[in-house]
Amino acid sequence: MYKILKKQKWSDTIYSNWIEAPFVAKAAQPGQFIILITNQKGERIPLTIADSNAKEGWVQIVYQVVGASTLELSVMNEGDSLYAFVGPLGIPSEVENFGGKVLIIGGGIGIAPIHPIAKKLKELGNYVVSIIGARTKDLIIMEDKMREASNELHIATDDGTYGQKGFVTNIMDDILKKESEAIKDIWAIGPPIMMKMCTRVANEHNKQIWVSLNSIMVDGTGMCGACRVSVGGKTKFACVDGPEFRGNLVNFDEMMLRQKQYCDQEREALMLLEEKIRRQASNG
Amino acid sequence: MAEKLKPAERLKKDRVPMRAQEPEERINNFLEVPFGYSLQEAIEEAQRCLQCKPPYCVAGCPADVRIPEFIEKIIEEDIKGAFLEIKKTNALPAVCGRVCPQEEQCEGACIMNKKGKPIAIGRLERYVADWARELNYSDAKKASVRLNKKVAIVGSGPAGLACASDLAKLGYDVTIYEALHKAGGVLVYGIPEFRLPKAIVDYEVDQIKELGVEINLNYVIGLTKSVDELIQEYDAVFLANGAGAPSFLNIPGENLNGVYSASEFLTRSNLMKAYEFPNYATPIRVGERAVVVGGGNVAMDAVRTAKRLGAKEAIIVYRRSRKEMPARAEEIEHAEEEGIKFELLTNPVKVLGDEYGNVVGIECVRMELGEPDESGRRRPKEIKGSNFVIDADTVIVAIGQSANPIVARSATGVETNKWGYFVADENGKTTHPKVWAGGDIVTGAATVILAVGAGKKAAKSIHETLSRQ
Ligand SMILES: Cc1cc2nc3c(=O)[nH]c(=O)nc-3n(C[C@H](O)[C@H](O)[C@H](O)COP(=O)(O)OP(=O)(O)OC[C@H]3O[C@@H](n4cnc5c(N)ncnc54)[C@H](O)[C@@H]3O)c2cc1C
Ligand SMILES: Cc1cc2nc3c(=O)[nH]c(=O)nc-3n(C[C@H](O)[C@H](O)[C@H](O)COP(=O)(O)OP(=O)(O)OC[C@H]3O[C@@H](n4cnc5c(N)ncnc54)[C@H](O)[C@@H]3O)c2cc1C
Ligand code: SF4
Ligand code: FES
Repeated sequence: MYKILKKQKWSDTIYSNWIEAPFVAKAAQPGQFIILITNQKGERIPLTIADSNAKEGWVQIVYQVVGASTLELSVMNEGDSLYAFVGPLGIPSEVENFGGKVLIIGGGIGIAPIHPIAKKLKELGNYVVSIIGARTKDLIIMEDKMREASNELHIATDDGTYGQKGFVTNIMDDILKKESEAIKDIWAIGPPIMMKMCTRVANEHNKQIWVSLNSIMVDGTGMCGACRVSVGGKTKFACVDGPEFRGNLVNFDEMMLRQKQYCDQEREALMLLEEKIRRQASNG
Repeated sequence: MAEKLKPAERLKKDRVPMRAQEPEERINNFLEVPFGYSLQEAIEEAQRCLQCKPPYCVAGCPADVRIPEFIEKIIEEDIKGAFLEIKKTNALPAVCGRVCPQEEQCEGACIMNKKGKPIAIGRLERYVADWARELNYSDAKKASVRLNKKVAIVGSGPAGLACASDLAKLGYDVTIYEALHKAGGVLVYGIPEFRLPKAIVDYEVDQIKELGVEINLNYVIGLTKSVDELIQEYDAVFLANGAGAPSFLNIPGENLNGVYSASEFLTRSNLMKAYEFPNYATPIRVGERAVVVGGGNVAMDAVRTAKRLGAKEAIIVYRRSRKEMPARAEEIEHAEEEGIKFELLTNPVKVLGDEYGNVVGIECVRMELGEPDESGRRRPKEIKGSNFVIDADTVIVAIGQSANPIVARSATGVETNKWGYFVADENGKTTHPKVWAGGDIVTGAATVILAVGAGKKAAKSIHETLSRQ
């Protein structure tokens, strides 16, 4: 079970895996995520369902190597099996035909989780305006798939190596200035700082916005509270009350501090694993 | 075969103590605290039993364990016989022998309380169960009849396992669905290794699998599949998903880094083995000073875990007095021996943090006891102006658990009460004719053996109902 059917490297740090998980594939909806464990000693890491196929029984994940567990995952090969893979978790995106335009913003690795939402919104008959962005050209992923899932696609890179130079929020602001009325709803997924900035722009235009909160999780089913976030002054569990919330109500600063909770331990784990991988490589 | 003593001789013998790791040593490891009896010690203790007819002890046991019978077999040095006697009614003897509150159950009811100390029934049960595990002796065999009827069980805690075991023995095809990546419920994610080694839980789960029970791990009912779908696919469904959702204090500062629910803290340590970080990948942080809020068994487990994870000071903050603490006396004693501090009649009002969002302390207020409340315990009242700060690097909130709505949300026609617990009669029958429920998700947080009892009753009721169809 949970075999890696296919694996692709999309950039220096970004990979995509297709995992055999028929029960998850059958139930998966846009906006939901899974939790996986690489091996018996691994931790439970949450990743968004980038795509799934109920008939063929697989789930696609796209991940960036940021620490020990994602590194561990990236060195597993096609044919290997994960120790655990559970889902779909969280509440699906509230998508419907809004009878107009929707604005979709994906930043960096956030493009992967926003893609199924864009795709679904388009299928439902919405006019999908998408903005994708990253630090630099190499980190722009899934451009073709996003083009397919959108009626309009805008691209931004911080360094100007591709698309418009600057942040996704610049394009977002331009669009809202022009046609705020026409935009029926907004989704933004990416690094917390990007979601915070997008929310600021949305607020300036008096618009509601959905964001997907990637807080630290353990069980992912509402049993521990590790993932708690403040939304509208109330404590919510991102795994069961979210992961999507109205950004307008989210306390992003608290969330960003909470993500740093294990910085020291994460660094230690990463160093040890890198050392182990180096040793294995040099032993052939 | 050991000698059977005359009643007068039995009364003269003292309860055999159990050897245990010294406190100074055990706070540095996660190994089990008590060592268990040797055969000689078990026999000595067994010889004290008066073999009452009818036995008082059995009336105190929610699983109807055949106590005098198994004790008699120990005297006969027929440990296998003793094991088979216990297994007639209890699928989890090595677990129950360790974690049951025997002082309130069998041992509390034992006639010997009147003459001194009760028979150490828990320790004897543990001895017998460990004997079987160490010799790899198994009585598990697949039922010879196949009824070709399918039962789905949600949750692999003690309630689910007990129900599965009884139904499998009757010839049902039983499938357990478990959300986590390991079976056992609170036994694996909540109760610490030093009270209940996980190898023992694994062994007892394996015994149940030997009966032909299928366990689907990583399967969240309500998300991966709904209860409604299970009702379609199976002849009966038993809901035993426990009551694991953590409660918080709802005071300022509770989302600072370093504030945990006891559920998270214990899950990281027990299920994810964070005490072996970085060998195991899940981190946990404790620092020098850990404060645990609460006075129950969960609080004792959390504070003793914090101590073992390196906290120099591990402190219990509880709003009533020692007398009202719900934790078992033995747990409180163990904690005291391990140097745990107790701030009683103390209530937290605010968690304090630094500019990086880390906990630095907890502001508390002193309490005094007023009039008794509905539970009969005296209600604590704040003493105005008595606020003070306890420095802390970690704050662990252990004030209770509640029902998680995921399962109930997907169960059409299964009624819940206002707290989200399933409504079920004494046989576990819910408001849906194909659905039973039992354990913590019906009663609220209770005990292992009550969950086992609920699982057994549901199995019996399911069997009666399905036999009539
Ligand atoms: C609902 C949800 C969906 C997610 N979807 C995706 C996805 O589709 N693709 C993807 O690449 N990542 C996703 N993430 C983030 C992913 O879970 C983390 O990157 C991963 O757990 C990091 O593990 P690690 O051991 O490799 O790194 P760690 O060593 O644990 O962390 C390294 C760095 O990553 C940060 N970090 C740790 N945990 C998280 C987290 N949960 N979210 C963000 N940053 C974190 C740390 O602060 C640290 O700076 C998602 C998270 C959640 C909660
Ligand atoms: C820290 C701690 C210490 C304790 N110490 C003691 C003790 O010393 N003695 C004692 O007698 N009792 C003790 N208890 C209480 C005792 O453990 C519980 O009363 C007992 O485990 C309840 O059993 P259960 O089968 O009802 O539920 P649980 O043991 O909670 O098991 C429920 C199972 O269902 C699973 N589940 C939940 N939701 C889903 C879903 N949607 N889909 C699939 N599976 C799901 C859970 O993951 C879990 O495995 C303690 C409890 C805690 C938390
Ligand atoms: S009540 Fe005590 S003495 Fe009597 S049979 Fe039970 S264990 Fe033995
Ligand atoms: S991850 Fe445990 S409650 Fe959300």
